Amino acid sequence: MALSSTASSRRAGRRSPLVTTALLVAGLLATGGVYALVATSASADTRAASAQLVDEGGKLFAANCATCHGLAAQGTAAGPSLIGVGALAVDFQVGTGRMPLAASGPQADVKPVQFTQEQIDAMAAWVAELAPGPAIPADRYLAGDGDAANGAQLFRTNCAMCHNVAGAGGALTEGKWAPGLSNIDPVHVYAAMVTGPQNMPVFSDLNLSPEDKNDIITYLRYLDENPSVGGFDLGSLGPVSEGLFIWIFGLGALVAVTIWLTAKSN
Amino acid sequence: MAEVHDGAAGSEVEKHETAAPAPATAVVRADRIPNPGFPPERLRVTDLDPKKEKQAERTVSGLFLLSIVGSIIAVVAYIVLPIEEGNPGSVRLNNLFLGVGITLGLLGIGIGAVHWSKALMHGHELVEQRHPTRGSDESRTRAVEIFRESNKESGFTRRSLVRNTLIGALVATPIPAVALFRDLAPEEDPIALLKQTMWEEGTRLALDPSGVPIRASDVTIGSVFHVIPEGLAELESHRLEEKAKAAVLLMRLPPDELNIREGRETWSYDGIVAYSKICTHVGCPVALYEQQTHHLLCPCHQSQFDVANHCEVIFGPAARPLPQLPITVDDEGYLVARRDFEEPVGPSFWEREL
Repeated sequence: MALSSTASSRRAGRRSPLVTTALLVAGLLATGGVYALVATSASADTRAASAQLVDEGGKLFAANCATCHGLAAQGTAAGPSLIGVGALAVDFQVGTGRMPLAASGPQADVKPVQFTQEQIDAMAAWVAELAPGPAIPADRYLAGDGDAANGAQLFRTNCAMCHNVAGAGGALTEGKWAPGLSNIDPVHVYAAMVTGPQNMPVFSDLNLSPEDKNDIITYLRYLDENPSVGGFDLGSLGPVSEGLFIWIFGLGALVAVTIWLTAKSN
Repeated sequence: MAEVHDGAAGSEVEKHETAAPAPATAVVRADRIPNPGFPPERLRVTDLDPKKEKQAERTVSGLFLLSIVGSIIAVVAYIVLPIEEGNPGSVRLNNLFLGVGITLGLLGIGIGAVHWSKALMHGHELVEQRHPTRGSDESRTRAVEIFRESNKESGFTRRSLVRNTLIGALVATPIPAVALFRDLAPEEDPIALLKQTMWEEGTRLALDPSGVPIRASDVTIGSVFHVIPEGLAELESHRLEEKAKAAVLLMRLPPDELNIREGRETWSYDGIVAYSKICTHVGCPVALYEQQTHHLLCPCHQSQFDVANHCEVIFGPAARPLPQLPITVDDEGYLVARRDFEEPVGPSFWEREL
């Protein structure tokens, strides 16, 4: 019956309170889990790079990375030189699964991480031995306990044009994109700013100080931990998803009600 | 005047059309299609089956009850789920349940009333003729008389001096408004404002939003800085207007990848280039910089600018390259502007020459 279908489509647009609670619980658990992971990996990062670790890293590099980056990491036609990129770049690229590259394309995609954190640390130590470069930052810059308001302002000025003001990510040119930033390991957020992976520009410590970077991490954490005040955020993608929703479901509901109003009762 | 359909409606219409055609508008249509009248009335299930009628009655009252429940939910939700300061989640819950309650309250009444009229109220089709709009001859004559009398009493046509001065006064009254509203326009010439920005010789390039000046050595290769002129952050008035014109994007490219345009050799410093952030299409901030391709993308309409080739347009609706800010370095190593932009920043306007 037209009546009941209209009513149910109206209700489908709203989320049941149980879903909100479930999402809240899931979000809190996920953030807690990520935080626990971060706490352990960060403490692992702080140990000194021993000669044995560097050796181990060199072997891993020769076996997994040298095809494209060259045996001495000098770069080939297939991949850039890694001399001077630092341990932080290795931790970001391998730690997010972007490297080793699955296939050449406009942009390296995030995929399941191929190495253990110990192996990543070893490769990072080996690359850091080649030439000085950005190192893993101190834990206090990754804690996410800074000024979220300042972080939000810096994010809006420096990051939001590509990554979206809610950190939902966005499209760039010719098949490239800026990834979404929800529930990202703080060390990877920090590393992306310092090293400028792929087409992302570099935000050095002279542009955004380590404290500023911590504020941005705090803001991203705030976004992860707080629900959208306006209700269902439709991916926070802005006018495209919101417009599509209202054109299809809003106008659809209006059309359905109009048809029902003028239809004869059977 | 309402009439239940019984086949008489057709003849009614016919009578109206032939009764008194207005002069010069009468058209005799010999091939007029006869009014087919209404299709035979189809009885609804609620007319035929008393059980269905009872059911529809229950549905309608159920919808009205739902409306009452919705209104109560709205009040209860407002009290039980208050908005707590500093807790965005409470705003969301409060709004959600308040909205659900009020929606049920209004929709219940609306849907119930429509269902009531469609399923239970009588289903006959009716014709309701419009009332004739022409006044009676008496009132028309009286109206003309009133005009004649008032003309005679006031002397509107006889006292031509009074009449003409009145018309003159009516024409003159809006003139003060024209004078007043003209003054709402900006005192300064708006075109001159569009042609210049806050940048001038020696203005230091500063970080947005803090206003800290930038040293050339701070700008590492691959970096992008969002720049405002030094002193803008401290402006007391027109700060946003100035920022909207003076915002600049500072990038450092490997010098061998940067093609410097003839005549602009002194405009950049060691691979550091500064371009206006305001799109030449409709003025959106262009700041989606890709470090490896050196492309700048405008998020509004996908115009792309090639920073390596003096920001020429490589895609999209923008017609002109982004204006370049000539920069150099002062004695203390800070980046400074050589002068203002050579051309007006932002989109085209009528009086634009460059």
